[in-house]
Amino acid sequence: MTLTAPAAAPPAQERPAAPRRPVRPLRVLLHVFLGLVALGWLLPLALAVYASVRPYEETARLGYVSMPEHLTLDYYVQAWTQAELPRYYLNTLIIVVPGVVVTLFLASFTAFAIARLRVPGRKVLLIVFTAGNLLPPQVLITPLYTFYTLVPLPEWLSDSQSLYDSYLGLILIHVAFQFGFCVFVMANFMRTIPEEITEAALVDGAGVWKRYWRLTLPLCRPVLAALSTLQFTWMYNDFLWALVLMSSGDKLPVTSALNNLRGQFFTDYNLLAAGSMLVALPTLIVFQLLHKQFVAGLTLGSTKG
Amino acid sequence: MAVKTRRYSARDVTILVIGLGVAIVVNVGLIWGPTLASVGLSGTGWNGIGPIEWIGGRNYHDLAAEYPPFWSAVRNNVLWLGFLGLVATPFGLFCAVLLDRRLRLSRFYQSALYMPVVLSLAVVGFIAQLVYSSDYGVLNAVSGLSVDWLGDSSINIWVVMVAAAWRHVGYVMIIYLAGLKAVDPALKEAAAIDGADERQAFFRVVFPTLRPVNVIVLVITVIEALRAFDVVYAINKGRNGLELLSVLVTENIVGEASRIGFGSAIAVILLVISIGFIVTYLSQLFREER
Repeated sequence: MTLTAPAAAPPAQERPAAPRRPVRPLRVLLHVFLGLVALGWLLPLALAVYASVRPYEETARLGYVSMPEHLTLDYYVQAWTQAELPRYYLNTLIIVVPGVVVTLFLASFTAFAIARLRVPGRKVLLIVFTAGNLLPPQVLITPLYTFYTLVPLPEWLSDSQSLYDSYLGLILIHVAFQFGFCVFVMANFMRTIPEEITEAALVDGAGVWKRYWRLTLPLCRPVLAALSTLQFTWMYNDFLWALVLMSSGDKLPVTSALNNLRGQFFTDYNLLAAGSMLVALPTLIVFQLLHKQFVAGLTLGSTKG
Repeated sequence: MAVKTRRYSARDVTILVIGLGVAIVVNVGLIWGPTLASVGLSGTGWNGIGPIEWIGGRNYHDLAAEYPPFWSAVRNNVLWLGFLGLVATPFGLFCAVLLDRRLRLSRFYQSALYMPVVLSLAVVGFIAQLVYSSDYGVLNAVSGLSVDWLGDSSINIWVVMVAAAWRHVGYVMIIYLAGLKAVDPALKEAAAIDGADERQAFFRVVFPTLRPVNVIVLVITVIEALRAFDVVYAINKGRNGLELLSVLVTENIVGEASRIGFGSAIAVILLVISIGFIVTYLSQLFREER
């Protein structure tokens, strides 16, 4: 391949030429394809939004694909008040914020120890942690449930006086479960940071904590941003753990509370659509906000050394 | 090489022991401990109350011989993994490659693809009902068919997998896109100078450097396939063609018929399958590192 290469101009001269490229058919095709895919991806969501602003009797009569006769925001009001969504949002915050922070803190330190220090047994640790995260939750649900009911907690920490049906219990299982994945991703990332960075600090006599907190972690900003986005989303969206480990309806996180909108004998899907949109909104907003930081962080190029 | 001869100060050791100690206690106490307990319980006929009685392998025999949902669940889980791994994941990579260039509207395309990822699977399952419902659903209205997409047990698994893939593609796309952005542009330039077209440059130069990302994506795909639960649970509680191992476990344990021993046996099957994947994958990963 190298032999047939033309004696091309140095790349530095090629790049400024980009803006005056003519319209290329390939690029048009690319836009058409991506546009169609994007549209196809958005349609189901648009449909849910559409269903949420139409009265049930209308869609029951005409189907979801039909011209609207009435448009109403009543379902949103109803979902907000009837299902008491604000309270459940708060519950979710109580669980997810500490969950993400503790997971990332614990996992980044562990990843640092595994990837950057010669801790004995580090490979076994990484294998055990990573494998633990790959387990389906159902594998450990029953004993975990039993265990949670047996661990007593003081009243001020949990009004159920046990790990079962407590915020702390949910935070703990989120941390434990997501920890392995974060360690794995961060250890992989930290290995790509050139050793020289910390070696220089070693000569200066920096301790373990300083090398972790001051030298390694700042370089991990892109991966921390990516992981916190993912972890926030996962923990926010969880309903299995809350389903099994919570019993008081008023302590449920918002995703699980969505079920309150399902009637016992009859489900108004348009109301459920409005509720779903309200539940989905925070994660959509967070992604939109963090997306910039996410991409910017990854182009930081800290892997280049 | 200075690192090898270095000795840690007492403070360093304390920090390490506390940090790793907490990590190990949490991991073993809440993940591996209960997992092993499941293995133990699977040999018992425990129903949640009363004495625990050892019955050996009877649960497993009943499972394979007298419990029809088990085999359809196994089949469905395999299909699920195949569909995500062979259809959704490559498509996500393809989209990432297309989006990894200076492109007008790129942000919009990315957001559109990623949008379903931030939705909970329960919400995805619910949206699937809007699309596939036999009476009012969009698919029948548009296509003129009157198929009971979710009720017909021979096809519902496929349309549900499409719903799951809807979410999976964006997930894979965003991870690959991040990986592609981290690839040194000089590499691509060098390939272009050497006369490689875009496809060659991707497969021979860029893709090999994506190895760590590939590994992450593989792990995510397997995890998602084995954990699939919320979508089918939201649609019909995982019955009538939508059986999955995860649903069977939850039903036997959390459901009304609290057959903890029997449910644990299914959990152990799930564990064995996942451990198979995990060991194969991890051993390959760590062998190559040597």
